[in-house]
Amino acid sequence: MEILAILIPVSLLLGGIGLAAFFWAMKTKQFDDPDGDAQRILTKDWDDRPKP
Amino acid sequence: MTVVEDFGRAPVSACPACAVVPSAERIAALRAERDGQRDGRIMLSLPLAHCAACISTVEGALAAVPGVRSARVNLTLKRVSIDAAHDVTAANLIAVLAREGQEAHELDPGLLSSTETDRQGRDLLMRLGVAFFSMMNVMLLSVAVWSGAEDATRDLFHWISGAIALPTVIFAGQPFFKSAWASLRVGRLGMDVPISLALILASSISVYETWMSGHHAYFDAAVMLAFFLLLGRYLDHRTRAVARSAAEELAALEVPRAIVLEDGVEVERAISAIKAGDIVLVRPGARMPVDGVVIHGASEVDRSLLTGESLPVAAGEGTLVSAGEVNLTGPLTLRVTAAGKDSSLHRMADLVAVAEGAKTRYTSLADRAAGAYSPLVHLLSFSAFGYWMWATGGDLRYAINISAAVLIITCPCALGLAVPAVITSASGKLFRKGLLIKDGTALERLAEVDAVIFDKTGTLTLGMPEPVALTDHPAEVLAVAAALAAGSSHPLARALAAGALADGVVPALVQDIREVPGHGIEGVWNGAPVRLGRADWCGAEAVPQTATYLRLEGSTHAFAFTDRPRPGAAEAVAALQAAGMRVELLSGDSEAPVRELAARLGIAHWQAGVLPEQKAARVAALSAEGRHVLMVGDGLNDTAALAAAHVSISPATALDAARVASDIVLLGQDMAPIADAVRIGRQSTKRMVENFLISGGYNVVAVPLALVGMATPLAAALAMSLSSITVSLNAMRLR
Repeated sequence: MEILAILIPVSLLLGGIGLAAFFWAMKTKQFDDPDGDAQRILTKDWDDRPKP
Repeated sequence: MTVVEDFGRAPVSACPACAVVPSAERIAALRAERDGQRDGRIMLSLPLAHCAACISTVEGALAAVPGVRSARVNLTLKRVSIDAAHDVTAANLIAVLAREGQEAHELDPGLLSSTETDRQGRDLLMRLGVAFFSMMNVMLLSVAVWSGAEDATRDLFHWISGAIALPTVIFAGQPFFKSAWASLRVGRLGMDVPISLALILASSISVYETWMSGHHAYFDAAVMLAFFLLLGRYLDHRTRAVARSAAEELAALEVPRAIVLEDGVEVERAISAIKAGDIVLVRPGARMPVDGVVIHGASEVDRSLLTGESLPVAAGEGTLVSAGEVNLTGPLTLRVTAAGKDSSLHRMADLVAVAEGAKTRYTSLADRAAGAYSPLVHLLSFSAFGYWMWATGGDLRYAINISAAVLIITCPCALGLAVPAVITSASGKLFRKGLLIKDGTALERLAEVDAVIFDKTGTLTLGMPEPVALTDHPAEVLAVAAALAAGSSHPLARALAAGALADGVVPALVQDIREVPGHGIEGVWNGAPVRLGRADWCGAEAVPQTATYLRLEGSTHAFAFTDRPRPGAAEAVAALQAAGMRVELLSGDSEAPVRELAARLGIAHWQAGVLPEQKAARVAALSAEGRHVLMVGDGLNDTAALAAAHVSISPATALDAARVASDIVLLGQDMAPIADAVRIGRQSTKRMVENFLISGGYNVVAVPLALVGMATPLAAALAMSLSSITVSLNAMRLR
């Protein structure tokens, strides 16, 4: 059962990373335009290099 | 911005629509603020944008304009926001987009900022995310306990669960605690009181049990409860936020400004700054901003939004005009007799407020369910506590455990989702069909409708005239008429020119074409003067229909017009009649066009020349017969009837006041969705009732278990998640 001492903190840590990513996404307005983001992936602009 | 705050579960205002549509005062305040801090940010509405190519076209075209720093399209809201230098104007950019084939309208960024930073929605979403994270982690630990963890391991798992769950319940439960406290303070038992009680009781009992190394802890139930209920609340919030942002957009399209003449100099002013006695200039095509008397100029005015008359009325010096009328042909200078709150536009809006006040507030299904539910749950929980105190001879710990289990199991997870899930699903469907639901209870009210009253001008018709039997006229006459008509922006002239063009008429060579405001157009053809315009000006005898007249070499010709019905109007009327509804047509217009349209659409009951009060009275009379009336109208003369009706629909082209008074806004031109709306309304009410039955059914099975003390945390978790999932799936079944 000693393995729990590692597994539980690990699972909490992983979940916590997910939560932090969610917070970041909220703060940077990633959910403001779901339709547009779904369409933008189809455009050919900036395919060869990132948008400056 | 402070406007967001009072939106959530705040006390219901007397007029639900007011919460959705920004009031005139607020618009004025926001605009003033915007004018103070003009920062070169331009917002355009893109009603036609729908694909990836549209995004690249719009962004590419705008980025190529000198002075534009950045442009970003938001496809969800169909808007583009542009950061540009001060000398770049919206009109410029609209022209650029028009060349690319994209329709664009300027929006007022000051009015829209409140939607963009929708803090309340983000706040709910944040709590939802936290609750989801905790639910998953606690559930992981709980599964270990349920599958047989013993002694120290179980206690450790309970402690870790508690360490995750307690902060979560405190953070995620705040919306419920706040609203429960608010309803307790005014002495009511809202839905949030048992919810808060269950959250608090479940958490504290579990801490105590963990402390005592007990077998059962309800941490998972507490966070799951918070998660599902937040989900329902978020859906509810989003439906309203979408409706509100669209309503704001409609308001932002209208610019309440007027041109004031001060010592002969034209100055643009906000309408709120205009006083009686000021001199105001109204250009052709503009709406009268105030009530006034014409002191200079001649023109024709379109009163259809105020009275329902489809024929323009001549206006010259001394004519009284009211706010809301549209100036058609020549510039008019007015002396203001009443502005702002005193204007006839505002008095009509007050009529609406009176009608709203008189309307008994509709108790929605959810309200009725909550009203029956809260006392019952408290009663059950307390009697379980009392019984087990007596039966066990005062075992407080056991009795509290049982009563907590009862509260948790009966807690309205499914009940909280039952209505929002259906409304979200239904309003999403209707939005795609072009109907915007402003009020959640509108769907339920729509389901009860058994009589429909339509307005004519601008509602069943487009308010755009269409020439009839053009080819009956000699080719020469048509050619001259087409040439003259092309020289004017009067609606009849434009319709005539378009009709002639469609019939392949080549305009004659008419010279010296000039418009005589308020009368018509004249020119010289083959050396003789020709005129197109009003009957008396052309020396023609007036015909009973809407018509314009041509004077040509001593003879006169009348071109009759009919108002084109909206696309889908006939289908909507037929579908409503097929559904067994009484359909009526009430119009302020004269008898001939009303009778013609009624015959064309197959409406048996119609009335012409109806005054605004008579429309409202007809609605009241039908309601007194026990009917539930759906009113569809667009003009100021309909607003009182719209407000008095059981449920009301107005097209997006309607006046502000009419849109405020109605529950549903028709966004497109097509009327056919109205029949769909009634069908979907009936269906969604059925789904809501089914959802209540489903969640009630789970309780019927689970509550007796809880009462006899056989409910384990596992049973509670199963009942809760199963009922929530079934309810959501049932809501998706809407067709």
